[in-house]
Amino acid sequence: MSKKTLAMLLSWTLVLAVILSGCSNAGSGGGNESGSNGSGEGGTADGKVTLKFMHLWPAGSSAQQNKLVNDIIQQYQTDHPNVTIKQEVLENEQYKNKLKILSASNELPDVGVTWAAGFLEPYVKGNLFAPLDELLNGSLGEKFIAGTTEAYAVDSKTYALPIELNISPIYYNKAIFAKYNLQPPATYDEFLNVLKTLTENGEVPIALGNKDRWTGSLWYMYLANRLGGDALEKAISGSGKFEDPALTQAAAEVQKLVDMNAFNKGFNGLSNDEGKSEFMNEKAAMYLMGTWELPNFTTNPDIPQEFKDKVGFFKFPTIDGGKGDINSWVGGPGVGLFVAQNSKVKEEAQKFVQYFVEKWGESSVTEAGVIPATKVDTAAVQLPQLYIDLLNELNQASSLTLFADVQMKPAAAQAHLDMIQALFGKAVTPEDFVKNHQAAIDKGN
Amino acid sequence: MDKVMSNRLVAALYVLPALLLLLVLVYIPIVLTGYYGLMQWDGIGAMTFIGLDNYARLIQDSTFWQSANHTFLLALFSALSLIGYLMIALVLSGKIKGANVFRKIYLIPMLLSSVAIAQLWLKIYHPSNGVLNTFLEAIGFSNPPAWLAEPSLVLYALFVPILWQYAGFYILIYYAALKNIPESLVEAARIDGANPWQIAFRIKLPLITEVIKVTVVLAVVGSLKYFDLIYVMTDGGPNGSSEVMASYMYRQAFRSFDFGYGSAVGFFLLLICLVVTWLLRKVTASKEPIQYS
Repeated sequence: MSKKTLAMLLSWTLVLAVILSGCSNAGSGGGNESGSNGSGEGGTADGKVTLKFMHLWPAGSSAQQNKLVNDIIQQYQTDHPNVTIKQEVLENEQYKNKLKILSASNELPDVGVTWAAGFLEPYVKGNLFAPLDELLNGSLGEKFIAGTTEAYAVDSKTYALPIELNISPIYYNKAIFAKYNLQPPATYDEFLNVLKTLTENGEVPIALGNKDRWTGSLWYMYLANRLGGDALEKAISGSGKFEDPALTQAAAEVQKLVDMNAFNKGFNGLSNDEGKSEFMNEKAAMYLMGTWELPNFTTNPDIPQEFKDKVGFFKFPTIDGGKGDINSWVGGPGVGLFVAQNSKVKEEAQKFVQYFVEKWGESSVTEAGVIPATKVDTAAVQLPQLYIDLLNELNQASSLTLFADVQMKPAAAQAHLDMIQALFGKAVTPEDFVKNHQAAIDKGN
Repeated sequence: MDKVMSNRLVAALYVLPALLLLLVLVYIPIVLTGYYGLMQWDGIGAMTFIGLDNYARLIQDSTFWQSANHTFLLALFSALSLIGYLMIALVLSGKIKGANVFRKIYLIPMLLSSVAIAQLWLKIYHPSNGVLNTFLEAIGFSNPPAWLAEPSLVLYALFVPILWQYAGFYILIYYAALKNIPESLVEAARIDGANPWQIAFRIKLPLITEVIKVTVVLAVVGSLKYFDLIYVMTDGGPNGSSEVMASYMYRQAFRSFDFGYGSAVGFFLLLICLVVTWLLRKVTASKEPIQYS
């Protein structure tokens, strides 16, 4: 290669590099139209609009929700013949990854699903989500259960509308409990007793898939709450410290449960779905999970009624001398819908979000059996008892502790999740567990 | 034809499309990755230039070195496994019954995608109802380990499907190379009284050394950047005990929102790959080319 061509090649590389790096920054500049504006086809002259909608209810694992989404989209397209909605469906973990990758290249779908609080913040700071306060000011605002939209607000602007509200009970298999004359425990000592009886009889007490890490986090959060009240939330928000003795003790308690063989074998290598199947196949007696699992225990036609009838739930028991009360739950608004800031069809997207939230609120109860973030009138419809019981619990809840990995900012959340797996695998002491948490929170990013 | 090709313009015309694609899809991203590695950037907001801070952090990051250690172990195992593949290819290239069937058996894993292989082995390794543990229990082990949850075992448990996945590829390469050796050479050796061992180690192997060198480079560099199966099967867990460099890079960039640091890890990985490739070529450089006739 001659010197001249080499020089030319290099200069071309430079030019292209500049162009490309310019593209990926378009979003942060705000309203930079020259960049790669990924939302693709938008409105055209003849009024035809294509909306891209990305969500996380695959037909396989969330059959009821998936059907509901399809129904809503179908209806919307019938009511608005000029609108076509293109779906992209991914499973939970994949969804989170794809959202980040699309954000990095500023190619978010027009409408998508997001989590609240710490998860949402970088996207808002990066100017990727459009504020939706206008929608809230209208008739839609009154429909939400108080306190649900606040979790999606940054600097007093709301960037997503919640569609679910969840609490996390411990589901249990009534048949297995009855076999050993066990009652749903109300205190922690009774709970430990249940565990002991089950393990002594060769049963697996608790189904857990901790490869996903947030599943183990639920157990830690409850123990921290029952021992220390709101100590965990304070430590996360910075108004308290992780060195709080209750938080260390909760970590020690987790390891005590592991030592008792409370969880199914190999839980740190199993995904949540694999862990769940231990419970669904009646190989484990208990399963702690959010109310988004309710359809599997009530309405999902693929699950045998015989199994559904065996599922009951109890509240996480209180601990003697602990500060938490039995009606405080780990939960909070689940996912919400956002509209991309650089969407070319923002107005249409907002209209669709409003429509979706309303329809979802009406039909999610009867058709999917999930609890929406909008108010439910349960008097008019026939509902499964398990669902009604949990809805009543939700109405009586004294406090809702938002899932820790959602509360925290991404880097700290990642540290938390890694620490949870280490704690369950006994690769870290309770003291180091809290120390590492404090360090991650202090870093503040 | 030679005349047309010697025309610079025509030559450039043929080379340019591929070159452009390569530039845009490979070389420019490399340059950009190096550039992002100098930044503090969450992947969304504004970038801040922090010089070599990310690299300084990398040097002191024990988790990174742990994952680097795992990566080197994988490279070592891959390189060693080549010996086994070579033996299999030697046997298959001889005139044995059913060689065709065996060749296909070895090749099948190559036809599956990594994700499918991961799903398959997840079932095999399942702690309570997996094929492996059910078998172990049946032959008398009362409490076989949970392979993917045991920090001391998980890495080796992962090596098995990874090596299995690529076995067919290397066996095929060796097989093709061995088949390429003129039958007359082997025939001549046989007439001179060479036994099968001598034919294999004195005639066949020396003739395919170039191919062996290439496969060593492929296996080692391939292992350095290995990612997919580990990501699906364990996600680097439990507690980082199966984390490799590429999965650590991914975790930093996309999970912790630390694109700058993730890019630094990626760039470092590239440098290691280049150095290792260069070293391997240096060590295995041959003085004279081998010719068949």
